[in-house]
Amino acid sequence: MLQGLWRFQRQLSGALLPFAARSLALETFSPSAHVHRANYGSAAEERRKFYQDVSISQGEGGLFEINLDRKKLKTPGGKLFTVPNEALAIAVATEWDVQKDTLKFYTMHLTTLCNTALDNPTQRSKDQMISAALKFLETDTICYRVEDPPRLVELQKNEWDPVMDWIEKRYNVVIGSSTSIMGPQIPEETKETFHQHLKSYNFWSLTGLEYVISQLKSLILSFGVIDRHLTVDHAVLLSRLEEEFQIQHWGNVEWAHDYDMYELRARTAAGALFVHLSSESSTVKRKLLQD
Amino acid sequence: MAALSSPLRTCRGILKELRYLKGPEYRGTMMYTYVMEQFRKNQVTSARHCRAQREALHTSHTYLCLVESTRHHLELHNQYHGKGGRPLEEVAHLVGLRLPTQPGGKGWEK
Repeated sequence: MLQGLWRFQRQLSGALLPFAARSLALETFSPSAHVHRANYGSAAEERRKFYQDVSISQGEGGLFEINLDRKKLKTPGGKLFTVPNEALAIAVATEWDVQKDTLKFYTMHLTTLCNTALDNPTQRSKDQMISAALKFLETDTICYRVEDPPRLVELQKNEWDPVMDWIEKRYNVVIGSSTSIMGPQIPEETKETFHQHLKSYNFWSLTGLEYVISQLKSLILSFGVIDRHLTVDHAVLLSRLEEEFQIQHWGNVEWAHDYDMYELRARTAAGALFVHLSSESSTVKRKLLQD
Repeated sequence: MAALSSPLRTCRGILKELRYLKGPEYRGTMMYTYVMEQFRKNQVTSARHCRAQREALHTSHTYLCLVESTRHHLELHNQYHGKGGRPLEEVAHLVGLRLPTQPGGKGWEK
Protein backbone atom coordinates (compact mmCIF):
# COMPACT_ATOMS: atom_id res chain seq x y z
CA MET A 1 0.00 0.00 0.00
CA LEU A 2 2.76 2.39 1.02
CA GLN A 3 4.79 1.43 -2.00
CA GLY A 4 1.83 2.09 -4.24
CA LEU A 5 1.42 5.54 -2.77
CA TRP A 6 5.09 6.30 -3.29
CA ARG A 7 4.88 5.29 -6.93
CA PHE A 8 1.83 7.46 -7.38
CA GLN A 9 3.63 10.42 -5.88
CA ARG A 10 6.59 9.92 -8.17
CA GLN A 11 4.34 9.83 -11.16
CA LEU A 12 2.65 13.00 -10.02
CA SER A 13 5.87 14.92 -9.47
CA GLY A 14 7.15 13.64 -12.80
CA ALA A 15 4.06 14.99 -14.46
CA LEU A 16 4.34 18.32 -12.72
CA LEU A 17 8.00 18.89 -13.35
CA PRO A 18 7.84 19.85 -17.03
CA PHE A 19 5.40 22.62 -16.18
CA ALA A 20 7.51 23.94 -13.36
CA ALA A 21 10.61 23.87 -15.53
CA ARG A 22 8.81 25.66 -18.32
CA SER A 23 7.52 28.50 -16.14
CA LEU A 24 11.02 28.97 -14.77
CA ALA A 25 12.43 29.20 -18.27
CA LEU A 26 9.79 31.76 -19.22
CA GLU A 27 10.69 33.91 -16.25
CA THR A 28 14.36 34.05 -17.14
CA PHE A 29 13.59 35.13 -20.68
CA SER A 30 11.12 37.87 -19.84
CA PRO A 31 12.55 41.43 -19.85
CA SER A 32 13.92 42.78 -16.60
CA ALA A 33 12.00 45.01 -14.23
CA HIS A 34 13.49 48.36 -15.18
CA VAL A 35 12.20 48.01 -18.73
CA HIS A 36 8.67 47.77 -17.34
CA ARG A 37 8.96 51.03 -15.52
CA ALA A 38 10.60 52.91 -18.34
CA ASN A 39 8.03 52.00 -20.93
CA TYR A 40 4.43 51.05 -20.28
CA GLY A 41 3.70 50.09 -23.87
CA SER A 42 0.11 50.17 -25.07
CA ALA A 43 -2.73 50.02 -22.57
CA ALA A 44 -3.88 46.63 -23.84
CA GLU A 45 -0.50 45.06 -23.20
CA GLU A 46 0.07 43.12 -20.01
CA ARG A 47 3.31 43.11 -18.08
CA ARG A 48 4.53 40.82 -15.37
CA LYS A 49 4.11 42.15 -11.85
CA PHE A 50 7.58 43.19 -10.75
CA TYR A 51 6.95 44.24 -7.16
CA GLN A 52 5.45 42.91 -3.92
CA ASP A 53 4.67 45.82 -1.62
CA VAL A 54 2.89 49.03 -2.51
CA SER A 55 3.03 51.99 -0.17
CA ILE A 56 2.57 55.74 -0.30
CA SER A 57 4.73 58.49 1.11
CA GLN A 58 4.53 62.24 1.35
CA GLY A 59 7.31 63.98 -0.52
CA GLU A 60 8.26 67.55 -1.33
CA GLY A 61 5.53 70.17 -1.27
CA GLY A 62 3.10 67.81 0.45
CA LEU A 63 2.58 65.77 -2.70
CA PHE A 64 2.01 62.05 -2.34
CA GLU A 65 4.16 59.45 -4.07
CA ILE A 66 3.61 55.78 -4.78
CA ASN A 67 6.34 53.30 -3.85
CA LEU A 68 6.57 49.89 -5.45
CA ASP A 69 8.81 47.93 -3.07
CA ARG A 70 11.66 50.44 -2.57
CA LYS A 71 11.31 52.19 -5.90
CA LYS A 72 9.27 55.25 -6.70
CA LEU A 73 6.62 55.00 -9.38
CA LYS A 74 7.19 57.17 -12.44
CA THR A 75 4.93 58.25 -15.26
CA PRO A 76 5.41 56.89 -18.80
CA GLY A 77 6.95 60.30 -19.60
CA GLY A 78 9.61 59.71 -16.96
CA LYS A 79 8.34 62.18 -14.36
CA LEU A 80 7.99 61.30 -10.71
CA PHE A 81 4.42 60.11 -10.11
CA THR A 82 2.85 62.49 -7.60
CA VAL A 83 -0.75 63.15 -6.59
CA PRO A 84 -2.13 66.09 -4.61
CA ASN A 85 -3.86 64.23 -1.78
CA GLU A 86 -3.90 61.11 0.31
CA ALA A 87 -7.25 59.76 -0.89
CA LEU A 88 -6.18 59.73 -4.50
CA ALA A 89 -2.80 58.27 -3.56
CA ILE A 90 -4.49 55.42 -1.68
CA ALA A 91 -6.87 54.76 -4.57
CA VAL A 92 -3.98 54.63 -7.06
CA ALA A 93 -1.85 52.50 -4.72
CA THR A 94 -4.76 50.08 -4.37
CA GLU A 95 -4.96 49.75 -8.14
CA TRP A 96 -1.31 48.66 -8.19
CA ASP A 97 -1.70 46.53 -5.09
CA VAL A 98 -4.58 44.42 -6.39
CA GLN A 99 -2.87 43.44 -9.64
CA LYS A 100 -2.28 39.70 -9.70
CA ASP A 101 0.47 38.10 -11.84
CA THR A 102 0.35 40.54 -14.71
CA LEU A 103 -0.26 44.28 -14.73
CA LYS A 104 -3.51 45.03 -16.47
CA PHE A 105 -3.19 48.69 -17.31
CA TYR A 106 -6.61 48.77 -18.92
CA THR A 107 -8.17 48.22 -15.49
CA MET A 108 -6.14 50.97 -13.80
CA HIS A 109 -8.18 53.98 -14.80
CA LEU A 110 -7.12 56.29 -11.98
CA THR A 111 -3.44 55.65 -12.64
CA THR A 112 -4.02 56.40 -16.31
CA LEU A 113 -5.78 59.66 -15.49
CA CYS A 114 -3.00 60.76 -13.16
CA ASN A 115 -0.44 59.95 -15.84
CA THR A 116 -2.37 62.04 -18.34
CA ALA A 117 -2.58 64.97 -15.95
CA LEU A 118 1.11 64.74 -15.02
CA ASP A 119 2.58 64.19 -18.46
CA ASN A 120 -0.02 66.13 -20.45
CA PRO A 121 1.04 64.12 -23.52
CA THR A 122 -0.81 66.32 -26.02
CA GLN A 123 0.61 69.51 -24.44
CA ARG A 124 -2.73 71.23 -24.09
CA SER A 125 -3.52 74.38 -22.22
CA LYS A 126 -6.50 74.89 -19.92
CA ASP A 127 -8.24 77.02 -22.55
CA GLN A 128 -7.94 74.30 -25.16
CA MET A 129 -9.39 71.76 -22.74
CA ILE A 130 -12.32 74.03 -21.91
CA SER A 131 -13.20 74.60 -25.55
CA ALA A 132 -12.87 70.85 -26.21
CA ALA A 133 -15.31 70.19 -23.35
CA LEU A 134 -17.72 72.87 -24.56
CA LYS A 135 -17.71 71.38 -28.05
CA PHE A 136 -19.65 68.46 -26.61
CA LEU A 137 -22.49 70.77 -25.58
CA GLU A 138 -23.34 71.44 -29.23
CA THR A 139 -23.79 67.73 -29.86
CA ASP A 140 -24.92 66.70 -26.40
CA THR A 141 -26.52 63.25 -26.28
CA ILE A 142 -29.58 64.34 -24.35
CA CYS A 143 -30.30 67.27 -26.69
CA TYR A 144 -30.94 64.99 -29.64
CA ARG A 145 -34.40 63.41 -29.58
CA VAL A 146 -36.00 60.87 -31.88
CA GLU A 147 -39.44 61.19 -33.50
CA ASP A 148 -40.04 57.49 -33.86
CA PRO A 149 -40.76 54.92 -32.34
CA PRO A 150 -43.27 56.47 -29.90
CA ARG A 151 -42.12 54.38 -26.94
CA LEU A 152 -38.56 55.64 -27.28
CA VAL A 153 -39.82 59.20 -27.71
CA GLU A 154 -41.67 58.88 -24.43
CA LEU A 155 -38.72 57.20 -22.71
CA GLN A 156 -36.35 60.01 -23.75
CA LYS A 157 -38.83 62.61 -22.57
CA ASN A 158 -39.39 60.94 -19.20
CA GLU A 159 -35.74 60.20 -18.49
CA TRP A 160 -33.85 63.10 -20.05
CA ASP A 161 -36.19 66.02 -19.38
CA PRO A 162 -35.71 66.00 -15.58
CA VAL A 163 -31.92 66.23 -16.03
CA MET A 164 -32.37 69.01 -18.59
CA ASP A 165 -34.63 70.91 -16.18
CA TRP A 166 -32.14 70.43 -13.40
CA ILE A 167 -29.16 71.82 -15.32
CA GLU A 168 -31.13 74.75 -16.72
CA LYS A 169 -32.15 75.73 -13.19
CA ARG A 170 -28.80 74.98 -11.56
CA TYR A 171 -26.79 77.13 -13.96
CA ASN A 172 -29.60 79.46 -14.95
CA VAL A 173 -29.18 78.78 -18.67
CA VAL A 174 -31.26 77.81 -21.69
CA ILE A 175 -30.26 74.69 -23.63
CA GLY A 176 -33.33 72.99 -25.08
CA SER A 177 -33.63 69.87 -27.18
CA SER A 178 -34.33 69.16 -30.82
CA THR A 179 -35.36 66.39 -33.16
CA SER A 180 -33.49 67.93 -36.08
CA ILE A 181 -30.10 66.64 -37.17
CA MET A 182 -28.71 70.15 -36.60
CA GLY A 183 -29.52 69.95 -32.89
CA PRO A 184 -30.86 72.79 -30.76
CA GLN A 185 -29.70 76.39 -31.13
CA ILE A 186 -27.72 76.96 -27.97
CA PRO A 187 -27.53 80.64 -26.98
CA GLU A 188 -24.12 82.28 -26.64
CA GLU A 189 -24.89 83.23 -23.01
CA THR A 190 -25.23 79.54 -22.12
CA LYS A 191 -21.81 78.77 -23.56
CA GLU A 192 -20.36 81.80 -21.78
CA THR A 193 -21.81 80.64 -18.45
CA PHE A 194 -20.30 77.17 -18.79
CA HIS A 195 -17.03 78.67 -20.01
CA GLN A 196 -16.79 80.79 -16.87
CA HIS A 197 -17.74 77.85 -14.70
CA LEU A 198 -15.16 75.57 -16.29
CA LYS A 199 -12.48 78.21 -15.73
CA SER A 200 -12.86 77.69 -11.98
CA TYR A 201 -11.65 74.07 -12.32
CA ASN A 202 -7.99 73.30 -11.81
CA PHE A 203 -5.98 71.42 -14.44
CA TRP A 204 -6.44 68.02 -12.81
CA SER A 205 -10.19 68.39 -12.39
CA LEU A 206 -10.50 69.50 -16.00
CA THR A 207 -8.59 66.43 -17.16
CA GLY A 208 -11.05 64.23 -15.28
CA LEU A 209 -14.09 66.20 -16.38
CA GLU A 210 -13.11 66.07 -20.02
CA TYR A 211 -12.62 62.34 -19.68
CA VAL A 212 -16.11 61.90 -18.18
CA ILE A 213 -17.64 64.07 -20.91
CA SER A 214 -15.98 62.08 -23.67
CA GLN A 215 -17.20 58.84 -22.09
CA LEU A 216 -20.82 59.91 -21.60
CA LYS A 217 -20.81 61.98 -24.80
CA SER A 218 -22.68 64.59 -22.83
CA LEU A 219 -21.69 67.72 -20.98
CA ILE A 220 -25.04 67.85 -19.22
CA LEU A 221 -24.88 64.31 -17.82
CA SER A 222 -21.26 64.87 -16.81
CA PHE A 223 -22.17 67.95 -14.80
CA GLY A 224 -24.96 65.89 -13.29
CA VAL A 225 -22.40 63.42 -11.96
CA ILE A 226 -19.77 65.97 -10.96
CA ASP A 227 -22.34 68.13 -9.12
CA ARG A 228 -23.53 64.94 -7.42
CA HIS A 229 -27.02 65.22 -8.82
CA LEU A 230 -26.75 61.83 -10.57
CA THR A 231 -25.03 58.62 -9.58
CA VAL A 232 -22.56 57.15 -12.07
CA ASP A 233 -24.81 54.14 -12.76
CA HIS A 234 -27.73 56.39 -13.53
CA ALA A 235 -25.76 58.74 -15.77
CA VAL A 236 -24.40 55.79 -17.74
CA LEU A 237 -27.92 54.43 -18.11
CA LEU A 238 -29.12 57.80 -19.41
CA SER A 239 -26.19 58.04 -21.78
CA ARG A 240 -26.99 54.61 -23.22
CA LEU A 241 -30.76 55.10 -23.18
CA GLU A 242 -31.37 54.21 -26.80
CA GLU A 243 -29.14 51.14 -26.57
CA GLU A 244 -30.98 50.02 -23.44
CA PHE A 245 -34.24 50.48 -25.29
CA GLN A 246 -33.00 48.33 -28.17
CA ILE A 247 -31.74 45.70 -25.72
CA GLN A 248 -35.19 45.46 -24.17
CA HIS A 249 -36.59 44.88 -27.62
CA TRP A 250 -33.97 42.61 -29.19
CA GLY A 251 -32.28 41.04 -26.22
CA ASN A 252 -29.02 41.46 -24.42
CA VAL A 253 -25.67 40.20 -25.72
CA GLU A 254 -23.34 39.79 -22.77
CA TRP A 255 -20.04 40.00 -24.61
CA ALA A 256 -21.00 43.22 -26.37
CA HIS A 257 -23.61 45.14 -24.37
CA ASP A 258 -22.63 44.26 -20.81
CA TYR A 259 -18.96 44.45 -21.71
CA ASP A 260 -19.38 47.99 -23.04
CA MET A 261 -21.59 49.06 -20.16
CA TYR A 262 -19.22 47.93 -17.42
CA GLU A 263 -16.29 49.52 -19.18
CA LEU A 264 -18.22 52.77 -19.57
CA ARG A 265 -19.26 52.67 -15.92
CA ALA A 266 -15.74 52.00 -14.72
CA ARG A 267 -14.30 54.80 -16.84
CA THR A 268 -16.99 57.28 -15.88
CA ALA A 269 -16.66 56.43 -12.19
CA ALA A 270 -12.89 56.82 -12.38
CA GLY A 271 -13.22 60.20 -14.09
CA ALA A 272 -15.80 61.45 -11.59
CA LEU A 273 -13.77 60.24 -8.64
CA PHE A 274 -10.71 61.87 -10.12
CA VAL A 275 -12.51 65.22 -10.35
CA HIS A 276 -13.87 64.96 -6.82
CA LEU A 277 -10.58 63.91 -5.29
CA SER A 278 -8.45 66.44 -7.14
CA SER A 279 -10.64 69.33 -6.09
CA GLU A 280 -11.02 68.03 -2.55
CA SER A 281 -8.06 69.56 -0.70
CA SER A 282 -9.99 72.79 -0.04
CA THR A 283 -13.00 70.89 1.36
CA VAL A 284 -10.86 69.01 3.83
CA LYS A 285 -9.33 72.20 5.17
CA ARG A 286 -12.75 73.72 5.68
CA LYS A 287 -13.90 70.71 7.66
CA LEU A 288 -10.86 70.88 9.90
CA LEU A 289 -11.58 74.53 10.66
CA GLN A 290 -15.14 73.75 11.62
CA ASP A 291 -14.07 71.14 14.19
CA MET B 1 -31.73 62.24 -8.21
CA ALA B 2 -31.61 58.48 -8.01
CA ALA B 3 -31.52 57.51 -4.38
CA LEU B 4 -28.12 56.63 -3.00
CA SER B 5 -27.98 53.35 -1.18
CA SER B 6 -27.34 53.53 2.56
CA PRO B 7 -23.81 54.24 3.84
CA LEU B 8 -23.65 50.83 5.47
CA ARG B 9 -24.44 49.03 2.24
CA THR B 10 -21.96 51.09 0.27
CA CYS B 11 -19.25 50.52 2.86
CA ARG B 12 -19.92 46.79 2.89
CA GLY B 13 -19.92 46.76 -0.90
CA ILE B 14 -16.48 48.36 -1.07
CA LEU B 15 -15.08 46.00 1.56
CA LYS B 16 -16.54 43.02 -0.28
CA GLU B 17 -14.80 44.06 -3.50
CA LEU B 18 -11.59 44.66 -1.62
CA ARG B 19 -11.79 41.20 -0.10
CA TYR B 20 -12.42 39.71 -3.51
CA LEU B 21 -9.32 41.45 -4.86
CA LYS B 22 -6.95 40.92 -1.94
CA GLY B 23 -8.16 37.73 -0.28
CA PRO B 24 -8.24 37.25 3.50
CA GLU B 25 -5.53 39.83 4.23
CA TYR B 26 -7.70 42.66 2.88
CA ARG B 27 -7.97 44.09 6.39
CA GLY B 28 -4.30 44.97 6.29
CA THR B 29 -4.56 47.20 3.23
CA MET B 30 -4.38 50.98 3.17
CA MET B 31 -7.75 51.14 1.48
CA TYR B 32 -9.42 49.18 4.29
CA THR B 33 -8.07 51.53 6.93
CA TYR B 34 -8.99 54.59 4.89
CA VAL B 35 -12.53 53.44 4.09
CA MET B 36 -13.28 52.48 7.68
CA GLU B 37 -11.90 55.77 8.95
CA GLN B 38 -13.93 57.79 6.46
CA PHE B 39 -17.17 55.99 7.17
CA ARG B 40 -16.67 56.30 10.95
CA LYS B 41 -15.82 59.99 10.64
CA ASN B 42 -18.90 60.78 8.59
CA GLN B 43 -21.22 58.64 10.69
CA VAL B 44 -21.64 60.94 13.67
CA THR B 45 -23.77 63.92 12.85
CA SER B 46 -27.09 65.15 14.05
CA ALA B 47 -27.82 67.19 10.94
CA ARG B 48 -30.30 65.40 8.74
CA HIS B 49 -29.09 67.02 5.56
CA CYS B 50 -25.41 67.26 6.19
CA ARG B 51 -23.81 68.37 2.95
CA ALA B 52 -20.35 67.02 3.66
CA GLN B 53 -21.80 63.67 4.62
CA ARG B 54 -23.86 63.46 1.45
CA GLU B 55 -20.83 64.37 -0.64
CA ALA B 56 -18.78 61.70 1.05
CA LEU B 57 -21.52 59.16 0.43
CA HIS B 58 -21.70 60.08 -3.24
CA THR B 59 -17.93 59.74 -3.55
CA SER B 60 -17.94 56.35 -1.84
CA HIS B 61 -20.76 55.30 -4.11
CA THR B 62 -18.70 56.33 -7.13
CA TYR B 63 -15.75 54.34 -5.84
CA LEU B 64 -17.90 51.27 -5.31
CA CYS B 65 -19.17 51.65 -8.86
CA LEU B 66 -15.57 51.85 -10.09
CA VAL B 67 -14.33 48.70 -8.40
CA GLU B 68 -17.48 46.72 -9.11
CA SER B 69 -17.59 47.65 -12.78
CA THR B 70 -13.88 47.02 -13.22
CA ARG B 71 -14.35 43.52 -11.79
CA HIS B 72 -17.33 42.75 -14.04
CA HIS B 73 -15.52 44.16 -17.04
CA LEU B 74 -12.42 42.10 -16.36
CA GLU B 75 -14.50 38.94 -15.91
CA LEU B 76 -16.21 39.47 -19.25
CA HIS B 77 -12.91 40.40 -20.84
CA ASN B 78 -11.28 37.19 -19.67
CA GLN B 79 -14.25 35.13 -20.72
CA TYR B 80 -14.76 36.53 -24.20
CA HIS B 81 -11.92 38.74 -25.30
CA GLY B 82 -8.89 37.74 -23.27
CA LYS B 83 -7.72 34.82 -25.34
CA GLY B 84 -6.31 36.85 -28.19
CA GLY B 85 -6.98 36.18 -31.86
CA ARG B 86 -7.98 32.75 -33.14
CA PRO B 87 -5.56 30.94 -35.39
CA LEU B 88 -6.18 31.23 -39.12
CA GLU B 89 -7.44 27.66 -39.51
CA GLU B 90 -10.02 28.16 -36.79
CA VAL B 91 -11.31 31.40 -38.31
CA ALA B 92 -11.66 29.72 -41.68
CA HIS B 93 -13.41 26.79 -40.04
CA LEU B 94 -15.89 29.16 -38.33
CA VAL B 95 -17.33 30.16 -41.70
CA GLY B 96 -17.14 26.64 -43.08
CA LEU B 97 -13.94 26.96 -45.12
CA ARG B 98 -10.74 24.98 -45.14
CA LEU B 99 -7.33 26.42 -45.86
CA PRO B 100 -5.56 25.08 -48.94
CA THR B 101 -2.84 22.65 -48.04
CA GLN B 102 -0.45 23.89 -50.68
CA PRO B 103 0.51 27.49 -51.52
CA GLY B 104 -1.87 29.09 -53.96
CA GLY B 105 -4.41 26.32 -53.50
CA LYS B 106 -5.75 24.10 -56.23
CA GLY B 107 -4.21 24.64 -59.62
CA TRP B 108 -1.10 26.36 -58.23
CA GLU B 109 1.23 24.38 -60.47
CA LYS B 110 -0.28 25.64 -63.74
